[in-house]
Amino acid sequence: MSERVLRVEGLRVGFDHPQGLVQAVDDVSFALSPGERFGLAGESGSGKSTLALSILRMIKAPGRIQAGEVWFAGTRLADLDEEGMRALRLSDIALVPQGSMNSLNPVLRIQQQITDALADHGLRLTRGEEQQRIATLLAAVGLPNSVARMYPHELSGGMKQRACIAIATCLRPKVIIADEPTSALDVVVQRQVMATLALLQRDLAAAVILVGHDMGLMAQFVDRLGVMYAGRLVEVAPIAEIVTRPRHPYTRALIASLPSLERRGALAGIPGLAPVLRDLPGGCAFHPRCTLATDRCRTEKPKLRNIDGAQVACHLA
Amino acid sequence: MAPLIEAVDVSKRFAGGLGRESTLALAGLSLAIHAEKPSIIAVVGESGSGKTTLAHLLLGLAEPTGGEVRYRGSDLRKLKRDERLAFRRDVQAVFQDPYGVYNPFYRVDHVLATPVRRFRLAASRAQARELIGETLRAVGLRPEEILGRFPHQLSGGQRQRVMVARALLLKPKLIVADEPVSMVDASLRATILSSLRKLTDEHGISILYITHDLATAYQVSDTILVLYRAHVAEAGAVERVVTAPQHPYTQLLISAIPRAHVARDWLVQKDEAGRAPPAVIAAQGCCFADRCPLVTPVCLGASPALYRTEPRRAVACVQFRHHPALPAGDLGKVLAT
Repeated sequence: MSERVLRVEGLRVGFDHPQGLVQAVDDVSFALSPGERFGLAGESGSGKSTLALSILRMIKAPGRIQAGEVWFAGTRLADLDEEGMRALRLSDIALVPQGSMNSLNPVLRIQQQITDALADHGLRLTRGEEQQRIATLLAAVGLPNSVARMYPHELSGGMKQRACIAIATCLRPKVIIADEPTSALDVVVQRQVMATLALLQRDLAAAVILVGHDMGLMAQFVDRLGVMYAGRLVEVAPIAEIVTRPRHPYTRALIASLPSLERRGALAGIPGLAPVLRDLPGGCAFHPRCTLATDRCRTEKPKLRNIDGAQVACHLA
Repeated sequence: MAPLIEAVDVSKRFAGGLGRESTLALAGLSLAIHAEKPSIIAVVGESGSGKTTLAHLLLGLAEPTGGEVRYRGSDLRKLKRDERLAFRRDVQAVFQDPYGVYNPFYRVDHVLATPVRRFRLAASRAQARELIGETLRAVGLRPEEILGRFPHQLSGGQRQRVMVARALLLKPKLIVADEPVSMVDASLRATILSSLRKLTDEHGISILYITHDLATAYQVSDTILVLYRAHVAEAGAVERVVTAPQHPYTQLLISAIPRAHVARDWLVQKDEAGRAPPAVIAAQGCCFADRCPLVTPVCLGASPALYRTEPRRAVACVQFRHHPALPAGDLGKVLAT
């Protein structure tokens, strides 16, 4: 097996709440190979964004990382001080946050926002080098060079999202975490942005973690998918396996909730509501919504186990 | 009988301020909704295609700059007092954001009790409670879990269904639903859409379903209109339009939906354009010409008419010019047949 670029081991993240601890991420482990595209899918509240942020140690109080380790290549992130962590963000692991197209500074030109990021990471460039770098970055995300001198409000949603990807990749990171990067975009623009991300990722040989809930997008983009439910990974498998042979009933429900373009009247929701993390049902957290649940599911929490090449946390798999 | 709501060749142009050019938001759209034939009409398009403008025009929240919106045969702008009240009751709205439509200081009961009072739907308090409870159950909610709560105590899906219940209280003939599920989770989307479908099938309420999501439109609607930059690109029976799209834009939209297939054909498809659409629509010619893979010199000359390619279908593309062109204002009649 090749050297893993990112390893997450037994990560637990909780939020303190007056009515008790909210376990947002519960004992999650996975590892990424260089250049791999890994997906994290689940409903809102499943802990996928919290997981993405806690990899970068960006969880703020009342949230805290309770246990577990994150390794970037040979570095254990918990060993870094705040300054070291700041240096690692963006240059080694970059984040394209949720709704990032609205996170651009409205009063700065795009080029300023890129050079700020470079300067913050100690890159001292001459004017000419800076211009050169910005031109290359914008070209890589398919934006004309004129965008450098524009303000965010002059750009469309798709262009803003590309600008965010340009900023995220300006230091050639080895891991890119993209949290629902296209959730506010139209399908046609979504495809263009994802194609851009795929191209850049191949260029940088970077691993990508794509966080989202659209199983169609996952099927078309990632190599391997982790499905999260109530803070836990319930299935991890190569995407072709997930699409053809989903093993966890929740994974099957997620795929079935995708509206079909082949057959009308096949609209299926997932019955019941996503669980309240503060007050999880006993046993398998999915059992109240699962059509196959048995007595064992109600009492015994299933562990993630290996079943020919896939990992599944279900007693029935 | 005059249709419940009819848009006849309506256009909306927003004036540009301070030397800016005006924006054409909707160009000559026609549509008819008949009270006696309840159905779901989907309006699909990307952001900026004019779909919300259409909703505002039909709800009387904006006035057309060309053409007319009619309620039971009379111009919306010239309704008499009692007609206006009837219109306000017959045509209800459900908006996109189930967070923004509530006043956080009031319990959710408030949005349900107000229309009951305003339209005198109940003779007593007990009757009002009864009516509200019944309506909540009709959209799949349990009144005891909803009433007495504040908006922030409900999930997005619950809040959106309370909005559907509010519309339903008035026993309307038409609900204009502007992106009702774009802000709720995929798993809940199906539930809300099925409750909308039930309103049509069981309560005889027509729905104008405005969305950017062609796949859900295919699942719930009977008729579909595809808008592109203020113009109708294609319209017709949803089954035909989605399974055999004729307009190049409809074809592009359908191919751009990522499918949960093993075949990874989505990213590798040759895309018409990394090109972003220009901000200003060309004064003449087809509005899709700059992105169209089949563009010909004819396309640049004049805006294409709507050609009636099938009894219940119209396509705005010169490829189909051997079919009869629809006179302005006739689209509503074609779709209603």
